[in-house]
Amino acid sequence: MKFGTEIVLLGLFAFAALVAAGFGVDEPFRQHMWVLFFAVAGFAVILLRNSDFKPAAPIDPDAYMDGPIRYGAIATVFWGVVGMLVGVIIALQLAYPHLNIQPWFNFGRLRPVHTSGVVFAFGGNALICTSLYVVQRTCRARLFGGNLAWFVFWGYQLFIVMAATGYLLGITESREYAEPEWYVDIWLTIVWVAYLLLFLGTILKRKEPHIYVANWFYLSFIVTIAMLHVVNNLSMPASFLGSKSYSAFSGVQDALTQWWYGHNAVGFFLTAGFLGMMYYFVPKQVNRPVYSYRLSIIHFWALIFLYIWAGPHHLHYTALPDWAQTLGMVFSVMLWMPSWGGMINGLMTLSGAWDKIRTDPIVRMMVAAIAFYGMSTFEGPMMSIKTVNSLSHYTDWTIGHVHSGALGWVGLITFGAIYYMVPKLWNRERLYSLRLVTWHFWLATLGIVVYAAVMWVSGIMQGLMWREYDEQGFLVYSFAETVAAMHPYYVMRAAGGAMYLAGMLVMAWNVTMTIRGYQRKEQPFPVSVPTLQPAE
Amino acid sequence: MEYNLMREFADSWGLLAMALFFAGCIAFALRPGGKAHADRAAQIPLKDD
Repeated sequence: MKFGTEIVLLGLFAFAALVAAGFGVDEPFRQHMWVLFFAVAGFAVILLRNSDFKPAAPIDPDAYMDGPIRYGAIATVFWGVVGMLVGVIIALQLAYPHLNIQPWFNFGRLRPVHTSGVVFAFGGNALICTSLYVVQRTCRARLFGGNLAWFVFWGYQLFIVMAATGYLLGITESREYAEPEWYVDIWLTIVWVAYLLLFLGTILKRKEPHIYVANWFYLSFIVTIAMLHVVNNLSMPASFLGSKSYSAFSGVQDALTQWWYGHNAVGFFLTAGFLGMMYYFVPKQVNRPVYSYRLSIIHFWALIFLYIWAGPHHLHYTALPDWAQTLGMVFSVMLWMPSWGGMINGLMTLSGAWDKIRTDPIVRMMVAAIAFYGMSTFEGPMMSIKTVNSLSHYTDWTIGHVHSGALGWVGLITFGAIYYMVPKLWNRERLYSLRLVTWHFWLATLGIVVYAAVMWVSGIMQGLMWREYDEQGFLVYSFAETVAAMHPYYVMRAAGGAMYLAGMLVMAWNVTMTIRGYQRKEQPFPVSVPTLQPAE
Repeated sequence: MEYNLMREFADSWGLLAMALFFAGCIAFALRPGGKAHADRAAQIPLKDD
């Protein structure tokens, strides 16, 4: 492969970064541009060293393009380990404040590394690689646009690196899940538009007349995230060579824009995208069509119409007008229906094959994921009700809720999809070890149960302590007393997270060995053969 | 564009249009004869590889 154009463009890009590192108006920006320079220049050197001048093999226009998907599967596992490791570290920092290492590795800077690491790096890579896998196989068409998929993959990795290093340097917009500053936001916009073109182009050249429902979910995720990202990040840089920008909105409008973004990041990134995964990989793994295709269509439209209004429930009892708070609450409660419709649809896909939960650990993982989807989409609407929210808001209960959704639903369905895809992508007969999948399943599930249960107890205790008055109308507890009371729960939470991380490491080992072509000698799972009953 | 104008549009015609579109989507999914088409579509992922 020759990479002439790419290397020239990367060289120019690296030069621009070098100039920005020299002329930047603030120290963090200059440091960040050095990071960008080394990342881009290093990539150019790798391309140079991998160039050869043999004529390239002709590309079969009918074969699926799986190269970027293989890289994406590896990136998913890699970032999963990184993001979850940082999660365990910050959990320990909360329990033992001495672990805050100033200034780069304190809680304030590491926390967005964890959230962006698991949501955008782990989840985002999983969504990009599975969506490209699914869209080709359900459209029966090769990815559109030649090397566009490679640009999307590497461009997205650059976004992750720039976002994470920016947080460590103290560069932040302080908008939850949208912390990267304006120049990183612009880069993500470019990559995301390329991703949209890649996905839409592949759908447009499909050979299958109908667009399978998984692609609807993926497409809604891509389109909505583009819209959310652009609107929420409308801001004016203080300098074109500086790391500071100011939001286009102010006050309560700014808060509402942020939570319109924040909740729909949950709704369309962590839900719609992963539902696309569910609607393809669950039928594939159990080898049965989805329980009701028409229900999946209704699930789709109901989710689209309801989710976008739910954001204001993050701003209960704030300066946001009451009607907007009530609107957010009502739409959140209405979301119960499509969420549970989708859960039932996913679970019932197994009807007639329930024995697979016992015999196939990957199916077990997927079923647990769907069960957690049901549980967290039950808990969420409940917490959005104002009276419940007055107890739960700002407490650890919210953190527990997020993690039952993120570890339970997003994590487990991704693991299932990766375990399904990896042997197929590398032409292996099977995974290195199915027994290790069982280990992963139990480590992950028990980790989630510990984490969520501990956060319920800690959160409700915290909420009750904050609102307890004595008979004279004084608050009973000082804030510091509520923090001290939570210490044992913080330690237990870190233990739950560590179990989940251990499961992720088991997966990384299993996937690595599968890619390298090994098969572990182990007792196979009992395959249940239905015993025929003689007629009586 | 004035806020009140947008607000009035949003809770009248905008709301009606979206509700009708949504109801139309559901009705279309449940239309008579839709089941056969849906069953064929559900087989798409199982057809290859």
